[in-house]
Amino acid sequence: MKPAKFDYYDPRSLEEALTLLDTHQGDGKVLAGGQSLMPLLNMRLARPNVVVDINRIKELNYVRPSDGGIAVGALARQRALQTDKVIAERVPILQEAAYYIAHPQIRSRGTICGSIAHADPAAELPALALALDAEMTLTSAKAARTVGAETFFQSFFTTALEANEILTEVRFPARPKDGAWSVLEISRRHGDFAIAGIVAGLALDPDRQVIRRARLVYFGVGPTPIRVKAAEDALIGQAVAEPAFEAAAQSAKQSIDPSNDIHASEEYRRAVAATLTKRALRAALQKLEKN
Amino acid sequence: MATTRTVKVRVNGVAYEHTVEARKTLVDFLREDVGLTGTNVGCEHGVCGACTILMNGETVRSCIMLAAQADGAELMTVEGLAKPGGELHPIQESFREKHGLQCGFCTPGFLMTTYELLSKHPDPDEEEIKEWLSGHLCRCTGYQDILESVKLAASRLRNR
Repeated sequence: MKPAKFDYYDPRSLEEALTLLDTHQGDGKVLAGGQSLMPLLNMRLARPNVVVDINRIKELNYVRPSDGGIAVGALARQRALQTDKVIAERVPILQEAAYYIAHPQIRSRGTICGSIAHADPAAELPALALALDAEMTLTSAKAARTVGAETFFQSFFTTALEANEILTEVRFPARPKDGAWSVLEISRRHGDFAIAGIVAGLALDPDRQVIRRARLVYFGVGPTPIRVKAAEDALIGQAVAEPAFEAAAQSAKQSIDPSNDIHASEEYRRAVAATLTKRALRAALQKLEKN
Repeated sequence: MATTRTVKVRVNGVAYEHTVEARKTLVDFLREDVGLTGTNVGCEHGVCGACTILMNGETVRSCIMLAAQADGAELMTVEGLAKPGGELHPIQESFREKHGLQCGFCTPGFLMTTYELLSKHPDPDEEEIKEWLSGHLCRCTGYQDILESVKLAASRLRNR
């Protein structure tokens, strides 16, 4: 038997699941897609006494329109990123990013909310949540609260979620129509976690000569997804051309604080982040020129 | 206490029911309780793809699912591909002809992914095939022969 012993519950309603978490305060672990938790259980790196499996709670399985953006329930699978028409229409960058998220055999089970709640700093969805100003609904037996992405991600695999809460919904708000997004990453093999990655947003003035807004969020280069405002400032108000992209790349390279590990050195990660900055900005610009 | 579970599943069209520990993974359930050992156990943390099966028509890693989670599901494993008399499925035929395997350990997983891919995208381009196969590791073939196997299987299934 791979995992250590646990009490298993698969409640049919959210209320029941929240009551279970409340009763077993601190001792219960929520199991959704299981694509991160199950490996941890198999290796006994996680040994919860109680597993609350939310897969049978039908009310949590949805993607729906919400104020021009979308609302994603806790059980929406990552495959929905590629198949759901509401996502494709309203937040198309999520559809594009799905290509980088593991493999079809993982996306069939893995959930969008689960990846965000797990908060792997090298994962795509937390970075997308931060770049796109996503809002999380954290629900406990007693109350529900809303937390913005900028405060949700706290450190390596650590979020604002309390042990008695479930991340029940993530909302990606409507975006201004004048912007374009791109997502890029470098990994050893396709579908692996990123050595370094970027989500970049760009919007131009009406005359299309000057950068009006920029958003640069990096993943795989720190304890959480990292928004680099200094690099954004290197773009805003500048002529939309290579010198501005280069300045942003250099700024990002200096601002991030990546770690050395088995996958890449700190220096390499900085270099990759700089290169990806330029590539991502060019890709976003290309999309703007097409519109 | 809820440390055991009765799991009812259909595997390759046959109904099974076993009471197992809740912590038992689906792949161990298939091999030890159902008695179908065609699905291989590789890395046991969702990386290698050897344990890939179909659950309700979609490929999943059976090593990172609990058997309890499959209760009520329709499963298909590599044993479900060949006909009862032993006649190989066109996907298996193609893997044999194009040398899409050597040691064969990873093959059950590759076959199940190919099955889902070709049932949903009968005429995939090379990039699409690579994207689907990327969820599997093979330490023998270098992948090129697997790619050719999938292409051959696709054309055979289209022209069937």
